[in-house]
Amino acid sequence: MMKSDECLKELARLLPDQIVVATYRAAFEWMAARPSDLNYLSVGAMGLASSHGLGLALGRPDQQVIVLDGDGSLLINLGSLVTIAEAAPKNLIHCVFGNGTYAVNGGHPIPGAGTLDFAGLAHAAGYRKVLQCADIARLSEAFAKALQQDGPIFVDLRVEHEGEIPLDYDALFSAERRRLFKTELNRA
Amino acid sequence: MTDGGAPLHEVGPELGTAIIAAMKRAGVGFVLSVPDIVTSQHLLWPIAKDPDFRLIRVCKEDEAFGIAAGLSFCNQRAVLLIQQTGLLGSLNALRAVGVELEMPICALVGLQGRETDVEPGASAAYGVRIVAPILEAMGIEQRLVQTPGEAATISGTIDEAYRQSRPAVVLL
Repeated sequence: MMKSDECLKELARLLPDQIVVATYRAAFEWMAARPSDLNYLSVGAMGLASSHGLGLALGRPDQQVIVLDGDGSLLINLGSLVTIAEAAPKNLIHCVFGNGTYAVNGGHPIPGAGTLDFAGLAHAAGYRKVLQCADIARLSEAFAKALQQDGPIFVDLRVEHEGEIPLDYDALFSAERRRLFKTELNRA
Repeated sequence: MTDGGAPLHEVGPELGTAIIAAMKRAGVGFVLSVPDIVTSQHLLWPIAKDPDFRLIRVCKEDEAFGIAAGLSFCNQRAVLLIQQTGLLGSLNALRAVGVELEMPICALVGLQGRETDVEPGASAAYGVRIVAPILEAMGIEQRLVQTPGEAATISGTIDEAYRQSRPAVVLL
């Protein structure tokens, strides 16, 4: 298992200028790991990170789009695995932080915690490639390769969270942040 | 189509053609859909075969709200083509993505179960009667379109939604 902050730090190193969609717990941590106007924070309706990511990938096929999804979030929108696989955007990498809990809703276990196989679901849905990463060395090697390959690619990140993190909801929901994202996106 | 002898409400060929023309005038490139019997024959099937549109078939209507939002950031326009049952099932996405995040989500919504020649507000079908009042309570721009002449103005509805970055629903 990776510590989530170390995982995100490594991802920030691997993703200097890609569009990254992050949701809730991952969003809070990602904002700190990689401050960037190309961070898209999927909030408001839990579960839609994968769908926002698909929209961005379809709208900008010339840009790589990375989704940092939560396992609880993805469960709410499980059909999106099928939708994404069928739309088949080559520029999309869909990561799920598999910590087995609803991290920002009280830490309750997700259904199927410990037995649910997200990688298996993504494979069955038809993702072009599926990876599982439980340590930083594997993450570094596999993710670097994935960035050079056609997607959609699914990455099951086995992480554990430690400690509390500051939950800056004002930043998460900031309209100015969305405006800056759109400006930066359309400059690229 | 009929249901026990009574004709079922559906969008006819002329209305469908007018709606598609309006969508094209508004620069819509993507259609996000779960099939709806009201709009299936003369909207969704023609759209599916039209090379001017990229049709994304979603598993559940909620997805379409996120996809449309993502596309809008890329200056790409999308329209949702769904049934009112799916709209009702995705009200949280409409609230969060459309209203609170101020995204230009445009939806064409078939009113399944509506009786022909009966105004939706007077329908015997509960699932038809409640749609407009719910949208009104949410402050969502909405219109009922029933003729090709009315359909021609859908392009303006879409343009305005994108100009103001807020949702709009066209009931069919």
